[in-house]
Amino acid sequence: MPTVNLTVNGKAVSANVESRTLLVNLLRENLALTGTHVGCDTSQCGACVVHVDGQSVKACTMLAVQADGAKVTTIEGLANGDTLHPMQEAFRDNHGLQCGFCTPGMVMSAVCLVKDRPNITEHEVREGLEGNICRCTGYHNIVQAVLAGAKAMGR
Amino acid sequence: MYNFEYQKASSAADAAAKIKAAGEDGKLMAGGMTLIPTLKQRLAQPSALVDLGGAKDLAGIKVEGNAVVIGAMTTHAAVAASKDVQGKIKALAGLAANIGDRQVRHRGTIGGSIANNDPAADYPAAVLALGATIVTNQRKIAADDFFKGMFETALQPGEIITAVSFPVPEKAGYVKFPNPASRYAVVGVFVAKTGGGVRVGVTGAGNSGVFRAHKMEEALSKDFSAKAIEGMHPPADAMNADIHASAEYRAHLVGVMAKRAIAAAG
Ligand SMILES: Cc1cc2nc3c(=O)[nH]c(=O)nc-3n(C[C@H](O)[C@H](O)[C@H](O)COP(=O)(O)OP(=O)(O)OC[C@H]3O[C@@H](n4cnc5c(N)ncnc54)[C@H](O)[C@@H]3O)c2cc1C
Ligand code: FES
Ligand code: FES
Repeated sequence: MPTVNLTVNGKAVSANVESRTLLVNLLRENLALTGTHVGCDTSQCGACVVHVDGQSVKACTMLAVQADGAKVTTIEGLANGDTLHPMQEAFRDNHGLQCGFCTPGMVMSAVCLVKDRPNITEHEVREGLEGNICRCTGYHNIVQAVLAGAKAMGR
Repeated sequence: MYNFEYQKASSAADAAAKIKAAGEDGKLMAGGMTLIPTLKQRLAQPSALVDLGGAKDLAGIKVEGNAVVIGAMTTHAAVAASKDVQGKIKALAGLAANIGDRQVRHRGTIGGSIANNDPAADYPAAVLALGATIVTNQRKIAADDFFKGMFETALQPGEIITAVSFPVPEKAGYVKFPNPASRYAVVGVFVAKTGGGVRVGVTGAGNSGVFRAHKMEEALSKDFSAKAIEGMHPPADAMNADIHASAEYRAHLVGVMAKRAIAAAG
């Protein structure tokens, strides 16, 4: 079985995986980082979004072996100890979640989307979240949360 | 997903050697944005995957003379953000910026999109309308000879697209009617005005994949305006029909998208 070496949330990780193992399965099953969710099998919902080398990607549509050597950040890696990341805080303040299933993916997509864009517009946020589906359809508050998070990240 | 042997290529030449050694059941992988969903559904069972992700010589954008040359492994996000593409062929940067969603654009590549030749993919319309040249590790293929119907291309087994060379047009515009769920084109029309006349590439619509709208091209070569193609559209019996749109509706949309593409070209 191939060995993959990667950095996950700042820690060096090494694992033996089958070639067909998806990155999301490596994270959830081998590393017990179950904050990254799986909501579909068609690469459309975005519940599985993580950052690979700083870019938002769908962890269900990437093989673990493709992430060899990469720096991966999951939802568990955003907070600083007990202090939430400004985007997480913004989701809490704006009621940006209902059941919470889509939330990790939304937050990870949002953090990448608004980086260095404190003045991103509502329209740009809506377009930028094209790849994230909320089954509870709470989009209004999600968009408000992302706008607030963008401002907070810019401070 | 069935298991397979995974191999990472370090360059185009290394990929060519590895895919040759893998034999007829080997498959190239670019960003995996089409291939991995296909494998997950068990619609394909390659014995080996040769990953082009490490082949740095396949990615990047250059301006060479009067052409923009885009490496096969260049992501949609990189094409959309490129100052060279925005400056020389704005419509192409805009096309890339509207493929799927941001996460798909971070991984999906121009080479993978063109090799796959999905009948609803965006890039094939641009490749055809701009009269691009597909460069492989073996030869150069003109756009007009490359697309061979749905999901079929002129590529031979194991042949690797290394780059796509787009001649810079005088003007160009692309407009699609996106499927609201996937963002693939229900109908997309790319119009390009070049020294050699006007070319119109249509994706999403045809029942044998991307095609050129020759009658529109003739009319637009005489008069490059939306008025010149008023009421024109391809015959419905050459169109695709599915739950999203009937053949008649797609035929109608080709006319509408073409007029909007001309307006977008300015
Ligand atoms: C949710 C979602 C939405 C999407 N929406 C759109 C959309 O709106 N418009 C659109 O156009 N596309 C869309 N796509 C597809 C996307 O553009 C992909 O990037 C594209 O299909 C190719 O993926 P890839 O580059 O990762 O190639 P892969 O999936 O890795 O490969 C695709 C095929 O091409 C072959 N291949 C790859 N590279 C080469 C090469 N250099 N030489 C020869 N053969 C090669 C592979 O063997 C495979 O058969 C969407 C995809 C998803 C998952
Ligand atoms: S689980 Fe739905 S896109 Fe990854
Ligand atoms: S909060 Fe329930 S899926 Fe989005």
